[in-house]
Amino acid sequence: MAGAEADAAPDQEIEVSTKRFFCATVCLLSSGLLSAQVAEISFDGNINFLKLPPNIHMGEAAGVATDSKGNIFVYTRTGGESGAMGGSRFFTYGGSRLFVFDSTGKYLREIGTGIYGFLFAQSVRVDAQDNIWAVDRGSNNIIKFDAAGRFLQVLSRKPESVNPTGGAGGGEGGGRGGGGRGRGGVQGDNFNRPTDIAWDPQGNMFVSDAYSSARIVKLDKTGRFIKTWGSKGSEPGQFDMPNSVAVDAQGNVYVADLGNKRIQVFDNDGNVKSQIADVGSPWAICISPGAHQYLYSANSNPPDSMDNGEIYRMELDGKVLGKFGTAGKLVKEFGTVNEIDCRNPNTLYIGELTNWRVQKVTLHAAK
Amino acid sequence: MKISDQTCLIVALLWAAPVFAQAPAGAQNLSPAAIATRAKVQNVPEIPYESVPNFLKLPPNLYLGEGIGIATNSKGHVFVYTRSQRTRLFEFDQNGAFVREIGEGLYGFVFAHAVRVDPQDNIWAVDEGANMVIKFNPEGRVVMTMGRRPEPADALAGAPPAPDPANPGKYVFNRPTDVGWDADGNIFVTDGYGNSRIVKYDKNGRFITQAGTKGSEPGQLNLPHSMAMDAKGNAYVADRSNRRIEVFDNDLKFKTIYDNVGTPWELCISPGPHQYLYSSNTFPDNNDYTLATVSGEVYKMELDGTVLGKFGKAGKQLGEFSGLHEIDCRNPDVLYTSEIQLWRAQKLMLHPTKK
Repeated sequence: MAGAEADAAPDQEIEVSTKRFFCATVCLLSSGLLSAQVAEISFDGNINFLKLPPNIHMGEAAGVATDSKGNIFVYTRTGGESGAMGGSRFFTYGGSRLFVFDSTGKYLREIGTGIYGFLFAQSVRVDAQDNIWAVDRGSNNIIKFDAAGRFLQVLSRKPESVNPTGGAGGGEGGGRGGGGRGRGGVQGDNFNRPTDIAWDPQGNMFVSDAYSSARIVKLDKTGRFIKTWGSKGSEPGQFDMPNSVAVDAQGNVYVADLGNKRIQVFDNDGNVKSQIADVGSPWAICISPGAHQYLYSANSNPPDSMDNGEIYRMELDGKVLGKFGTAGKLVKEFGTVNEIDCRNPNTLYIGELTNWRVQKVTLHAAK
Repeated sequence: MKISDQTCLIVALLWAAPVFAQAPAGAQNLSPAAIATRAKVQNVPEIPYESVPNFLKLPPNLYLGEGIGIATNSKGHVFVYTRSQRTRLFEFDQNGAFVREIGEGLYGFVFAHAVRVDPQDNIWAVDEGANMVIKFNPEGRVVMTMGRRPEPADALAGAPPAPDPANPGKYVFNRPTDVGWDADGNIFVTDGYGNSRIVKYDKNGRFITQAGTKGSEPGQLNLPHSMAMDAKGNAYVADRSNRRIEVFDNDLKFKTIYDNVGTPWELCISPGPHQYLYSSNTFPDNNDYTLATVSGEVYKMELDGTVLGKFGKAGKQLGEFSGLHEIDCRNPDVLYTSEIQLWRAQKLMLHPTKK
């Protein structure tokens, strides 16, 4: 179904613009059809906005976020990991880096260089106090830095060692290194391949814990476990690869339920409120701040395709206002969007996995 | 057509063999492996050549590893893509002086396989560990990526799913080996050790078509290890494990086979009005040193498969080849070669008209 839609997408876009062109004369005739179409938002893209020093290269741009001063943080999979054999155990370090740019795209510095939990970047978010949180899907850690780049806190625990033929080696006893596998008990505050973090106005944290746990974890602002909900499945309240999470000003929790092709909305305690479908496979979602909040969702192409790729702009109730972009490698195209920053709802930063870049997107004519 | 021509030639040579007793010297004593390794074409004229000693000058504490890929740009700069402690890409000038490293610490540099330079002097690295083809602009910045490095996190969480050879995917590779372009900028990728195909993309990386499944029938491939494009847009594939070169047209329809030059590890087609095809019957790294007597030479051919001459042999001395892995033939008489086993690159001066 997705493939068929994708093949038709370019024609549909042409159709829309053609209809717009003739709208002045035959508007009434076409308006009925137009309402079934999603309006294209006109936009510009800049794939060379971030300037890296000569010997620093972006890898998969898994995470991008801005702080209140407009600084841009990119958490990227750079590779360069190392390993060490210890008896029969194999220990691995490195593989991701966190870069900081100013609001003009000038490179400022790297933070977290060589830190224990930087293995496989998944996302980065900046909280209301301008702290930077790096979510790592390899180490299962979520690492908090202050605005100066100093380490403040870490959630979950990195598996002590890895088994190259499969599975993580947990710590002895307690199982805390096991990555939230909950040895017979309730899953707690150890994650198993976490994907994203968001905060409500009180500072409570919501972590999407994705791949095998398929759940949301709620922690208080100090990092103390409050509750968890969800399991793997397709029923309301269940998830299949929750890849991104966002919270609105009322404290409602929006989860990009990627594999189920829907955004699920929960209240602050995890009760199911509603779901938003018909926006493809949401890989990344973002809710803009301010009096009128917008919800953005990327129907990203999987890495082995160049289908879909458009980003939707919605009201919080799921009403689609428009869309922009398509999958591809050129400017104004996207290669598997994994994170969106929407601090300014008309100036977005798009983290692309397969194109190894952050694209700055400026939306025009937003109503 | 071509096959039958060659068959005639081979049959003729076989008939002639007893007459020229000295030509296939000791042929009767060759092991089955050596007979399979030896090129079918015999009595090929030797092309005189010499290797420039110590052409590449590396700074202290910088070393080449397995000399996997080598290519030149229009200014004569030489790019070497090598398996060091990490996979690295070095640039040298036309005199062999070290210029810089490109893509230092890159996410897609895992296990080097080939480097090529396109007509616009963009540098393309093919990495069979990352399963990626990475395009750098002449300034050395990444401008396009193809394929995708498997997620380490997947491997950490358990064995990744086995690839499906019947459905290899349009935009992912399984140990790709080489890249080439036609005059329109369409991109061709041989893929590779895991898959058995050649894939055509447009200049923006959008899939167009593919050819090849694993096998030995005409049009099938078994380890497409290298490729080269001619000016008409035909694709020549080194079908290594089938010991043959396969030629496909620009739509990747099978055209013909050249199977008389041994085991082609590496192909290169020179530019210009008269294009030549070079193919390396590389001495394989399989611990059977008897094969060194029947392999290691490079053939110079017309595009139609006619063998014009050959040069080189297996060995570790200057001008010999130890696991020749890539050839640059921008100038058909000045070749650059890289070798796996000897961790080196050579600059070769050919003198095809000298006798």
